Amino acid sequence: MTEFRMPTLGSDMDEGTLNEWLVKPGDAVTRGQVVAVVETAKAAVEVECWQDGTVGELLVRVGETVQVGTPLATLLEPGETAAAQPLTPDRRTASPEPPSAAAPELRLHPARDRRRRWVSPAARRLAESTGVDIEAIRGSGPQGAVTISDVQHAAPTETREPAVGDRAEQLRRAIGAAMSRSKREIPHYYLADEVVLENALAWLSRRNAQRPITERLLPTVLQLKAVALAARRFGEFNGFWRDGSFQAETAVHIGVAIALRGGGLVAPALHDVGDKSLDDLMGELTDLVARARAGSLRSSEMSDPTITVTNLGDRGVGMVFGVIYPPQVALVGFGRPAPRVCAVDGGIRIATTVQATLAADHRASDGHRGALFLAAINELLQQPDLLEG
Amino acid sequence: MKISYRNAVHDAIRGALHDDSRVLLMGEDVGRYGGTYAVTKGLLAEFGPDRVRDTPLSELGFVGAAIGAALGGLRPIVEIMTVNFSLLALDQIVNTAAALRHMSGGQFSVPVVIRIATGAGRQLAAQHSHSLEPWYAHIPGIKVVAPATVEDAYGMLGTALADPDPVVIFEHVALYNSSAELDSLAPTDIARAVVRRAGSDATIITYGGCLPKALDAAEQLSAAGVDCEVVDLRVLRPLDLDTIIGSIHKTHRVVVVDEAWRSGSLAAEVSARIVEEAFFDLDAPVVRVCSAEVPIPYSRHLEQAALPQSAQVVAAVRNLFGERS
Repeated sequence: MTEFRMPTLGSDMDEGTLNEWLVKPGDAVTRGQVVAVVETAKAAVEVECWQDGTVGELLVRVGETVQVGTPLATLLEPGETAAAQPLTPDRRTASPEPPSAAAPELRLHPARDRRRRWVSPAARRLAESTGVDIEAIRGSGPQGAVTISDVQHAAPTETREPAVGDRAEQLRRAIGAAMSRSKREIPHYYLADEVVLENALAWLSRRNAQRPITERLLPTVLQLKAVALAARRFGEFNGFWRDGSFQAETAVHIGVAIALRGGGLVAPALHDVGDKSLDDLMGELTDLVARARAGSLRSSEMSDPTITVTNLGDRGVGMVFGVIYPPQVALVGFGRPAPRVCAVDGGIRIATTVQATLAADHRASDGHRGALFLAAINELLQQPDLLEG
Repeated sequence: MKISYRNAVHDAIRGALHDDSRVLLMGEDVGRYGGTYAVTKGLLAEFGPDRVRDTPLSELGFVGAAIGAALGGLRPIVEIMTVNFSLLALDQIVNTAAALRHMSGGQFSVPVVIRIATGAGRQLAAQHSHSLEPWYAHIPGIKVVAPATVEDAYGMLGTALADPDPVVIFEHVALYNSSAELDSLAPTDIARAVVRRAGSDATIITYGGCLPKALDAAEQLSAAGVDCEVVDLRVLRPLDLDTIIGSIHKTHRVVVVDEAWRSGSLAAEVSARIVEEAFFDLDAPVVRVCSAEVPIPYSRHLEQAALPQSAQVVAAVRNLFGERS
């Protein structure tokens, strides 16, 4: 039996609210199946299951807010029956009293992950009467419960947590937390390179001319694919900085920064960008943007990105120096493609160019490699045929 | 003057025999032998065999006879050697003494006082050492008291005799040798619990033979900076909830100490009442310290291991404080 836990849907997520169960005990589930919808500060996210099995017991009720890592349900592995073990890991089987009376009589159940916050009845009443935010207090009492003393030592809160419905404010705070952490912890360095887009745009217009509007590609897709292919060759930009060291990832899942209509942004993953055809990527990107704006992203899309790409070209800026989304180590930015004076083949020409930038984590890579990485992206964008595969 | 618990009970019985000609004492070995615990020594010589009666070894018979005498206008005091033996008289106590007032529409009352020795600690093994007073506390129609101090050992008997209904008095065998410096002895009530030690951090609720252990634990905790209040229930039926709840209003934490077994115990009842009546005053779970769930062993070290001890009370109280313990 295993536990299916509240996933972390981004480094800024501490807790989530279970919005909906899409399975019930006894249902067979497969890896990747969407089993629940979880409300985070950013969006309602469809949460996928990570292994095959049968749902044992749902441990968290709809509407309950739990910490990341809290078991949401038990999963029976294929062949395992519910009777083989108690459904709830903490449910103790009856056993005779130990004969020794020397042991302290306080027979408290061991602390459990899965529980609502323990607050003594008296502490809860006191907190309500004095306006103390009980959620902000660390419990020091029996079993970690919040006690009267904890409440008395906590200052009354001036501002209350925003209402659950106040998504924009929560999102603002979540972004603030993640970006503060990034700027606090990550020693960023920044590089820029001008990419001549003549070849790419010519290739695109030829390709799109043969297709109906719905199947046409946007330049963004070429950029994403180029970043993915380059990131494969420069592994130190693709992965996570965790526990004091860099963990490279083999798959390249690009977090695509998507501005939300109500303000703020999310950067959910396009999976395995390097392995997919441009047409597939275009379809997936369209779908991802639509779902991000509808607030129905999947858990893996929130937590999987290994590198982020942001494109602020359509907002008119020439260049973007991004802030890395921890625990990732790199972010590639693209500005506005525009006709610019440039030297091409020994002559002065007007050509459409875009400024590609790299914000990278100096703990994981150095500027020299960063420059090569950016150059590789540039080179790939000069040879669109290589991006098609 | 220094007075022992044993002498206090003796003096109370003697005083009652002296003051009221309707009072008589009956039980196994209360006369010529002077009582199994030497409580009634000398009373046969002083008051004669009509009023101090040795009975056959038949609890059902002599308790029934005492109930009949009470119905007939006398004020019998019955001694039962140990609570284990009182089970033989349960039919008379529960089905007759406790029920007659109600079944007769108030026409009959049964003013009998039944003294029962209870508890362990004297190596008397499993048939003489149990604490079954919670069973009696379950029964409507009787009052159940447990004098834990010398004052109450003396003071409760007269008040019990004055009560028109059956009163069962549980005297813990480990208390008979305890003593206190007192100027005088006087009647005490059989209605209220009493705070034996005032404190502000936690409440220890107990009764009977565990009271000295609870007070000892409170002293130890006091040295460690934890100020415990000790509540002596005194009356097991009906419970004095006001005193219990009043203490928890003050301390917000409670340990219930009961020499009976935890399952279905008086400690269980007290705990349940606290949760019902004072839930929102609790700052920690209610904790109980009770005897191990075994027939009380004969061997001394096993017997002591089976009983609640002050060290366990200390540990239980400290655990109520989490990280502050």
